Amino acid sequence: MADQAMAIRKAPLAGLRGGSHAAILTPAAPASRISLRAAKDAVPALSAALGVTLPLRPKTSASSGKRHALWLGPDEWLVIDEDGADLMAAAASSGALHSAVDVSHRNTAVIVSGPGAEVAINSGCPQDLSLGLFPVGACSRTVLGKAEIVLFRTSEDTFRLECWRSFSPFVFGLLSEGAEDAAH
Amino acid sequence: MLLIYCPYCEEERSELEFRNAGDAHIARPTNIAEITDEEFEAYFFLRDNPKGVIFERWRHIHGCGRFFNAARDTVSDRFLTTYQAGEPKPDLNAQPKTSATLETYDEALEGAAQ
Repeated sequence: MADQAMAIRKAPLAGLRGGSHAAILTPAAPASRISLRAAKDAVPALSAALGVTLPLRPKTSASSGKRHALWLGPDEWLVIDEDGADLMAAAASSGALHSAVDVSHRNTAVIVSGPGAEVAINSGCPQDLSLGLFPVGACSRTVLGKAEIVLFRTSEDTFRLECWRSFSPFVFGLLSEGAEDAAH
Repeated sequence: MLLIYCPYCEEERSELEFRNAGDAHIARPTNIAEITDEEFEAYFFLRDNPKGVIFERWRHIHGCGRFFNAARDTVSDRFLTTYQAGEPKPDLNAQPKTSATLETYDEALEGAAQ
């Protein structure tokens, strides 16, 4: 009898390291994520069920431990749990009308850190990332080169950059070039 | 790079995040089954393509994802104002609700300082 084939899950950026001394690129650990859409009247129930208050202002986020809720649009959020908790079940337990799609494996993330992180990201992203306009905790869906990304500033010199897994080699390559430019 | 004010993000963003979505304020006839072919053609296909101010739909597709309306000058490519979808056509002679599109970084700094 033939040996049973075992499928091993492969992270899209597994083993990659990149960047420069100015901007270090690290593939983020696997996390669970949902794309959440809901009307305003469902927000309190969903916030209570998820344990994190869904932000209502543009470009803002809310965090509770390792769970983050990022405002993407007037009725749209990206909820990330770095511990891999079951966000779909948490959202379903709210009892409020909403749409949640599990995008844990659609997205992957790159952590860009260091004094040149802004410059590295700005090599392909048109947003003003200065601290005044993009403070710690700010988040936005935007573009990096030809790829759509979600940018989340976790500290003054650290960004979490979410992209679709099929774009991740392109995103990592473009960021590597940007990080080298940032070191000059 | 052209900066466009998104009325949902309440911020000016690069044109790279936006897509044009055709003319704004085109009302679908309520008696669509009864109108003549010529009337349907006028509603569905015919557009003015003016030289000057045009009201358009735009979508912040790589941002909040929302459609909104904009008044743009087709000669200078200048955005006169933008406003949320569903709002009536603004009076362009009145004081614009949103700040004018900034062409330079110096203008942006002046705006931020105010």
